[in-house]
Amino acid sequence: MKNKLKVLRAERDWTQAKLADALEVSRQTINAIEKGKFDPSLPLAFKAARLFKLSIEDIFQDENS
Amino acid sequence: MNDKIDTSENATTTWQQKNKNTTAKLSMWTAFWVLSMALTNFGPRFIWDFNLTLTIIAILLNLALGLKMVVVNIAHLKGLDEMQQRIQLNAMGITLGISLVVGLTYSNLDVVNLISFHAEISHLVIFMGLTYLTATYIGNRSYR
Repeated sequence: MKNKLKVLRAERDWTQAKLADALEVSRQTINAIEKGKFDPSLPLAFKAARLFKLSIEDIFQDENS
Repeated sequence: MNDKIDTSENATTTWQQKNKNTTAKLSMWTAFWVLSMALTNFGPRFIWDFNLTLTIIAILLNLALGLKMVVVNIAHLKGLDEMQQRIQLNAMGITLGISLVVGLTYSNLDVVNLISFHAEISHLVIFMGLTYLTATYIGNRSYR
């Protein structure tokens, strides 16, 4: 699964640590999601969507679609 | 799902703080359990001269502290985020599987007298600890 987390974070000038705090996960988890090494659960994806005021599809895209 | 998200600087360090607290709590109860284990093993010989009542109390105390440690560990695992939980789950699965297979092979070696020493349960505990540490390390590295 691809995602725009890194771009969205950069646009807001947030660090990985700040985003991790906001989503209540570790900085390592944010790093793994950004690198595509870990796919977040649906609740975490919804949480990210709410944080960025976007839809889930605006942040996460299925690589097979 | 409707929880409010705060992105201010001092916002949700509470999550990390909570994790630090549960980790510290787990360390504390693990230390208590280890100390009670030492007391149970060495107390009868070096402190109370094999007094049966005190030995039983020490064993029960060790059991109770062990159970408390398990409960605190569950709370600690529940406090981790989803990726950390997955790493822990994988590490626990690998540890359980490998320890079962290797432990029984080790026991077989003892039963058929292919090793000159006894297959002690402490060897298995050390093996489990090392396997768990290695699996956790590899798990963490794979998500870097």
